[in-house]
Amino acid sequence: MSEITCECGHVNPEGTVLCEACGKPFEENQHLNDNKPEQLLNMRYDGSARRSQTYQRTIVDKIWNFFSSVKIGVSIIIILVIASALGTVFPQEMYLPPGSDPTTHYKEQYGILGQIYYQLGFHNLYSSWWYLLLLAMLGVSIVIASIDRFVPLFKTLRKQKPKRHVNFMKKQRIFGETTSTDIDYKRLKKNLKSKRYKIHEEEGHLLAEKNRFSRWGPYVNHIGLILVLLGAMLRFVPAMYMDEFLWVREGETKEIAGTDGLYYIKNEDFILETYDMEDEANSQFQESLQNQSGPVPENYQTNAVIYERTDLPVVPGKEPELEKVREAEARVNHPIELDNGISLYQASYQQNEFSSMTFKLHDKGNEDTDYGQFTVNLIEPKDEYTLDNGTTIRLERYFPEFELQDGEPTQVSKFPRNPAFIFEVKVPGEETEVSFAGIGVNIDASGENDYKVGLVDFQTRDVTGLTVKRDYTLPIIAFGAAIFMIGVIQGMYWNHRRIWIQPKDTGVWVAGHTNKNWFALKKDIDRIVADTGIEPPVDQQEEKDEAERGNDDGIISDKQ
Amino acid sequence: MKQKGGMTMELSVISSNLLYASFFIYLLATFIFGATVKVSNEKTNHKVGNIGIGVTIVGFLTQIGYFVTRWFAAGHAPVSNLFEFMTFFGMMLVFGFIILFFIYRITLLGLFALPVALLVIAYASMFPTEISPLVPSLKSHWLYIHVTTAALGQAILAISFAAGLIYLIRQVNQEKATKRTRWLEFILFGLLCAVGYIAVGTTFGAVNYEATFEAPVNEQMTQITYEMPPIAGPADGELLTERAFGPLFETPGWMQGVNAPVKFNAILWSVFAGLVIYGVLRLLLRKRIAKSIQPLLKSASPRLVDEVSYRAVAIGFPVFTLGAIIFASIWAQEAWDRFWGWDPKEVWALITWLFYAAFLHLRLTRGWEGERSAWLAVIGFAIIMFNLLAVNLIISGLHSYA
Repeated sequence: MSEITCECGHVNPEGTVLCEACGKPFEENQHLNDNKPEQLLNMRYDGSARRSQTYQRTIVDKIWNFFSSVKIGVSIIIILVIASALGTVFPQEMYLPPGSDPTTHYKEQYGILGQIYYQLGFHNLYSSWWYLLLLAMLGVSIVIASIDRFVPLFKTLRKQKPKRHVNFMKKQRIFGETTSTDIDYKRLKKNLKSKRYKIHEEEGHLLAEKNRFSRWGPYVNHIGLILVLLGAMLRFVPAMYMDEFLWVREGETKEIAGTDGLYYIKNEDFILETYDMEDEANSQFQESLQNQSGPVPENYQTNAVIYERTDLPVVPGKEPELEKVREAEARVNHPIELDNGISLYQASYQQNEFSSMTFKLHDKGNEDTDYGQFTVNLIEPKDEYTLDNGTTIRLERYFPEFELQDGEPTQVSKFPRNPAFIFEVKVPGEETEVSFAGIGVNIDASGENDYKVGLVDFQTRDVTGLTVKRDYTLPIIAFGAAIFMIGVIQGMYWNHRRIWIQPKDTGVWVAGHTNKNWFALKKDIDRIVADTGIEPPVDQQEEKDEAERGNDDGIISDKQ
Repeated sequence: MKQKGGMTMELSVISSNLLYASFFIYLLATFIFGATVKVSNEKTNHKVGNIGIGVTIVGFLTQIGYFVTRWFAAGHAPVSNLFEFMTFFGMMLVFGFIILFFIYRITLLGLFALPVALLVIAYASMFPTEISPLVPSLKSHWLYIHVTTAALGQAILAISFAAGLIYLIRQVNQEKATKRTRWLEFILFGLLCAVGYIAVGTTFGAVNYEATFEAPVNEQMTQITYEMPPIAGPADGELLTERAFGPLFETPGWMQGVNAPVKFNAILWSVFAGLVIYGVLRLLLRKRIAKSIQPLLKSASPRLVDEVSYRAVAIGFPVFTLGAIIFASIWAQEAWDRFWGWDPKEVWALITWLFYAAFLHLRLTRGWEGERSAWLAVIGFAIIMFNLLAVNLIISGLHSYA
């Protein structure tokens, strides 16, 4: 450690650019803030000694310096921007139409570009290892860059003294010299106070400061961001996050996933309402509704009953004893919330699923004959049905949702959307016949049947799809977001302003600094000095611009 | 009950008249601010500026009138489809301008910010304007909390673009053609494309132009109606309307959805119309458009304009974060059971947010001021517009109703 002792007597840590107490620029360290002799002082972090600018020897130093660089931070942000945009070129895998196969979907839909997109793994871009790595690097960068700046800046602003070095004063962007002996200091202080400046005095030198807290805004909002990132990371811990899906048919009672068998839900009724054009209450939507090709949904709702299991502890396989807790409605935007942090969201539905089908046995050639009827419960079909006349009908096979593929019946799903059956019909004293029956299909495979199994009636019901969620990371993320907002408002809507007043034998010097919004600082100072005998200081940067522009038409470029 | 129907009809008529009125009041205000360019006397300039802002405020209040009456007529906040959202966005642009005018008193800003707002409002009316019912996912008080805050944030950020554009036209050296002059012309061309689209849309709208195709959409034959002559027809489409123009070629098959060909066709028209207007202007002016405007901006202090551009970001960024990220997440959690789902609209909100975060870091810690900052303000606006239009119209997602 080679500390720097300033002529004012203050001992500064190694790497200090401007003396913490008096602001004197230390010749040997000016390059750290890119300061040039003829230029105004760069007031970055008040010239404090930053670790990243001071040590570059060990590997730890190098990693620290890499992540503390704003250039690196911004580069990570820009890479994230480009990557995120790439992910929206074609839909992500999770947004593909249900049942589509990503291995072929991208090629079929989007051609060769789609194929490349898929091959590069962009169809799952936001959960790819490299995207997550970028986010992690951004997080590390936020932490290191903040510590690297906050600590020394905090110390420097605490140690600053009102009495400033001549070179510090002269090289401030706002600076003015007044030659006069008639200066009203009392008035000046009063004006400063009325503008809410805090005044510090040392041997007649004044430091007026306000809103230093706004300097901490960036660090506060970075803490918020880190909390959000940590919260998001915690979702990978199973105990913190649960996401299940539940299909419940009308009239059915099901265990709610994630409750260890403690809670059950019954679907009393699923309701889908659409806007009724005839309804006077919808008269304002007439024109819009007429322009739609189909009905516009107004409400998706599940009327449910929540039950709690009472026969504890839970014995697997044992029929549960349930006690009604309450009736509840799940609507879009209005999930059912249980006491244990679980929410049930109205997420999907299936209308008119078949619940039962009734068949009759009749002569193949004559539909008016009736040898008896039987009803198949599509959720729990029996193996065999016996008709009044002693005929047994064995359910050989059951396809809940069937499709004919190459002449062969195949099962598409296990949901009874288009049920079909293979029945073995045994009329007493006759040969066993095999019949294939479904909706609109009735096939006699052998071609020699005497009887036919015909559909006479069916019942349907709706199925509701509910997401079951429990997310303990939400409070952390919400808290992080709140901290971020506080920090960003603190840093953006207030500005740290300082005015230094230095009495001289011949008059007075005034200098001013703000971390941003110079226009407002200048206005502040102009008002403060207005009736004190002090001349308004000038914006030396603006003067320099004017000088560079000279007498031409005022058109310059930055790149010169 | 009959009474109510009549009332709401009447209200919606009043509402659209108020919107028309505000449009013309803004136009008037633009001309008043335009007059300040030629006035060199500072006192008169101040006076004209006062009149300009006064007229702007009257226009703003008129548009508030539109907003409130439409709210009553619809029974929900009028921010539920693209027309309503863009109109509101235009209104917030004016509001953002009013705020920044009172901080900095730059009359020139009015000359740039108000036309952008006018363009946005006129563009909005190209989309279906009828009052539409809310689908279940939109039925939440978060609809107006989220959408209004997000729009306000985007609008204030857009003011940064207006100021940045002033800066660029004022500062980019026009003595010879460079990469920078070309990009600047490209920005102006982009704005003219919007003008062109409005002109074409209004013209064909006035004559009730319609051409109908039958084309396969998701393997089903569907009728697709064009309200502008089809330059690009639907893929494998058959033109049903007799004696209609075109199509010259087919929309590429990878553009999905029923309306993709219509939207693609609209984009072609706006580029085509933009090229025509730009070409005519170049012929009339006989020099680059930015070069023709440049002398009018002489009185603007580049440093002040630069500060306005930055300040708009400083004010707009927190509002945008709150509305487009935080409120959006809260609502998404309630409606879609997850606060973040990588839907394209969400991703582009994140991109906007990250971009302006980068802007602020470059400006505050790396000293990117002046021209570099102005170019960034332009890119930021392009991203916002992309999210507003392209993501809704081209990339399909959960937000496609908006």
